[in-house]
Parts: sequence; structure tokens; C-alpha cells
Amino acid sequence: MSVLQKARPVSRTEAPREPRVTDEHGRRIRVGELVVRYVLLLAVLALTVGPFLWQLSTSLKGPTEDIFSSPPTFLPGHPTLHNYERVADTIPVWDYALNSLKVAAANVVTNCVGSALAGYALARLRYRGRRVATLVFILAMLVPVEGIIIAQFTTMRELGLNNTLIGVVLPGCVGAMNVLLMRNAFRNLPYEIEEAAYVDGANVWQRFLRVALPSVRGTVAVVAIFAFMGAWDDFLWPLIVLSDPSKFTLTIGLNYLHGTFANDERLVAAGTVIAVAPLIALFACLQRYFFRGVGEGAVKG
Amino acid sequence: MTTSTVTRVRRQLPSSPWLFAAPGLLITGVFILYPFVSTVVNAFTDRRTLVPGKFVGLANFRELLHDDMFWIGLRNSALYVVCVVPALVVLPLLLALLVRKNIPGITFFRSAFYTPVVASIVVVGLIWVWLLDERGLVNSLLETVGVGRVGFLSDQWLLLFSAMAVTVWKGLGYYMIIYLAALANVPRELHEAASVDGAGAIRRFLTVTVPAVRSTMVLVAALSSVAAFKVFSEVYLMAGPSGGPAGEDTTLVMLVQRTGTGLTGRVGYASAISLVVFVVTVALMLLVLRADRRDES
Repeated sequence: MSVLQKARPVSRTEAPREPRVTDEHGRRIRVGELVVRYVLLLAVLALTVGPFLWQLSTSLKGPTEDIFSSPPTFLPGHPTLHNYERVADTIPVWDYALNSLKVAAANVVTNCVGSALAGYALARLRYRGRRVATLVFILAMLVPVEGIIIAQFTTMRELGLNNTLIGVVLPGCVGAMNVLLMRNAFRNLPYEIEEAAYVDGANVWQRFLRVALPSVRGTVAVVAIFAFMGAWDDFLWPLIVLSDPSKFTLTIGLNYLHGTFANDERLVAAGTVIAVAPLIALFACLQRYFFRGVGEGAVKG
Repeated sequence: MTTSTVTRVRRQLPSSPWLFAAPGLLITGVFILYPFVSTVVNAFTDRRTLVPGKFVGLANFRELLHDDMFWIGLRNSALYVVCVVPALVVLPLLLALLVRKNIPGITFFRSAFYTPVVASIVVVGLIWVWLLDERGLVNSLLETVGVGRVGFLSDQWLLLFSAMAVTVWKGLGYYMIIYLAALANVPRELHEAASVDGAGAIRRFLTVTVPAVRSTMVLVAALSSVAAFKVFSEVYLMAGPSGGPAGEDTTLVMLVQRTGTGLTGRVGYASAISLVVFVVTVALMLLVLRADRRDES
């Protein structure tokens, strides 16, 4: 309170200079600075989003339109969905999208269930060996996947699961980092609410399902989103484990499309738009959780 | 312990904690820890995909020393760290400063700058392959302004640097969000005190902002250097599976993938390279963290 009162007179002395736009502290930003900021923002915007728009524009350009012109034409003269039909004729792109969707959905379910259960066990239950179990997940998080990928491949062969979608999902289906994220979320819950349920006679499953889990919905959402994105975007592991073109996921299918029909830029562009559109839509709807996941993952990882 | 459980209103099944942790432990054990141990063991054998292999001591590592491709891979992966990490430590910080103030429309810009992070690396790679193509957008623009066309994807070095630029481009938004969180904790009084002392924007950046977010810069350096050393997809997509002209753009993980997979894959030899990747990764982490500690004292 006293800080606020002290701060007031200072801002008042600045007030006569006509404050237009203020920052998060309520301080005035000069017009000149504002112009510079927007110019820079637009420049970065062109750099980060421009390439996606160029890809979209290329995918909408018809076969007679020159896509190599110099200076370039940014907008398609006669926008057409022809290339999307052609990409489906060239590779089974919708089957690949379905495979990706299956893999991503399975990854979401297993990660949410598996890491919530394990996280709860690490955070709340008392039993011998809990510290060892925690250490297992911490060590697993530190192992770089790229360093063990060949052994993962031979393990998958031994299990007879290479070249299957199950084989694509399994190694990452309960991520160690997600387990630790859930553990931290459960640890931050006050003990009292569970104690109340305990006194009311709720057993451990009921306490987990009805009391603890609903209180960490936000973290579950973060885990779900990153599991989906991780699986949908993954490239190296499916590239290694899948060899049969009918089982390809979208990323592997795109790589194949690029390798085989490299000269048909319109086709590749249409394929990439199909692959990226669902994630951009997801991101547009659930930005909050994407950003929150970055914060939590970076601090704990 | 047992007496207390008996007195509980409803007895908790003694096995349930392990039941809770079982799926996670099982997956982690079978698909992370076992492969890790198996990588270490395989590195000392001549195992192939279809042949069990036998113990060969340090033969794989001795072969590494004379394998030109290994040295090319090590050079490229190391170069990747050297070039990409400074860019990813500094540029996202500047970007975070740019989007920090809540001016109208800023949430749109923040989200837009994050879009490359959301896209698959395959999509990003293919977008840039087309942009940097001999006849692509960048070259048409360069030609329009009179520079002439540049063979970004045909020259060995330009290819590698283009891939690095793509890595930085894709990582900017991610680290920007990390810095934004750190900047929110910088006390505003410090900035004001510096302005009162007559420090300009650049000076304030160096004397106030940088020291305040130093630990975050170390974190970003650690995260990005580990990621950069393990680079695979960008280079694979832009230079092709064989790693550009004469394989000169091969990275270590590309070499692991090329050597160890397929029906004739040399699992033992690829494991030896993997072990090098692992050791360097851990070393990089320790190096960054130690540099941090030395700075502090």
C-alpha cells in the first residue's frame, strides 16, 4: 500500500505529457519508440510467418502459373485446390494423416494416464523404493534419445514390433519428463484436501481420481498437448522403425514425397500445408497451454 | 507401517503404489534404460542387425579414429554448436525484449513468432528447401535486387549454414517464451535507476538486463547446445540422406542413423558413435554449468 502511494505522485508528474500507450507498469511509451517497435515487430513477423504463407501460396498456384518468376508473385493468380487432389493421387496422404493421428492420439492417452499414475505414486504414496523410482525417471530424462536410438530399434526388433504403429508409439508412450511434471503438480497440491477425502473413507484410487487428478487438470492438458505435438511432428524414430510405405506417418510420407517428386514444388507445398494445418489450428485454440508447457518444461528439464 | 495401515478407515492395498508407477517404470526400463545399457555393451561388439556379434574390445573405437566420415560428422556437429548456440542465446532475448511491453496487438505477435516451434521439423525443412531452392523465393528476391542467384543447397558450406539458420529460425520462439518468463522477474527499479544515471538503451541492456537473466541464458545455452550437437532432421532434409556433396554435410546422428539401421546395419559400430554423442552431450552440459558457476564467483 505504501509503495503504491509513493509511486502515485511520480506518475502524476509524467501525466501532463499526454500518455497514449502504456506498458504493463502503466508507464507511457513514446510515439517514436512505438513506431520503431511496430516496424521491428512486422519485420520479424514477415520472417517467421512469411515462409508458411509462401508455402500456402505455392500450394494454391495452378499448373500453368509460373512459380519461379523473378520478381516473385506472392499471391496465386487463380487459386485452386488442384494440388491437394494431386498429392492424394501421388501418395496416400490421407492414410498417412490417419496414421499420424492414431500415433498422436495413442501418445496422448498413454502419456496422460501413465504419467499421472506414476507422478501420483512419486508425489503422494508412501512406500519403500520411492526415491529409487524417482531416480529412474530423472536418469531416463537425461538420456538423449538420439544416443540410444539404434538400441531402441534392435529392442523393437526383438519384440517383433518394428514396422508397426505400436512400435512408433511405445518408446515415448510414458515420457519421463511428463512423469516428473505430474509429480511436481501433485506435490504442489495441499495435503488437506486429500486428507479430508481420506477421513471420509475414500481409498487411494478414489482419492486419485476424484480429488487429486481434477486439481491438476492444467498440467494434464500441458502433457496432452506436448504428447500430441511430439508424436505428430516426430521424424527420426518413425524414419528408423517404419519401412513399409503403407504404415508411414505424415512426416515420413512427406520426406518420401520430397525425395521422389522433388521437382514438383506445388505438390510438396500442398503436402506440407496438410501436415502443418492441424497443429497451427490446435495452437491457435490452446496457446495458453503451449506457453505454459515451455515454462514448466524448461525450468524442470 | 503395517499397524498404521490396519488402523486406516479403509485399508490401502499394499501393492497399489507399485501398480501406479508400474506402467511408467516398465516403459522407461524397457525402452530407455535397457537400450542405454545395450548401447554401451554393443559399442564393444561387432553386432549387426541380423548377426548377434561378439566382443571385440576397443576395435570399434580404433576404427572411428581412422574413419573420415566420423571426423566429418564430429566437425559438423561441433560446428553446429559453435554457430547455433550464440545465436539462440542472444536473438530470442532481443525478441523477448521486443514483445515484452503490452502494446496493442502484442499477444498476436507473440503467438505468431511461436508458430515455427509448433510446426514439424519436416515441414520446416521442406519449406526452407523450397525457399532456398535455386529458383526459389530467396533467389528470386536476390536476383531482383541484383545480387544474383546463390546455390544455398548445392555448396557444402552454404548448405550447412543454411541448415543452421533454419535451426535458429525454428528455435527463436521457444527460447523467446523462456526469456519472457525470466524478464518478468527483473525488478523494474533497476532499469529506472540506470536511466536516472543516464544509461542509454544498449548500456541498460548490458548492465541491467543481461546480468538479471544470466541464469536463464545459461539454461538456454545448455538446452540449445545439447540439441544442436544432436542435430539430424534439418540437415537430413536439406542435404539429403547421404549428407550433401560427397557426404560432407553429414552430422554424427545422421551417421548413426545411416550406419546402424536397415538389414545390414552395423549396430556395434553405430553404438560406438552413439556413445561418443552421449559423452559429448553430457560434457557440453557440464561445461555450460561450470562456466555458469565460475561466472558467479
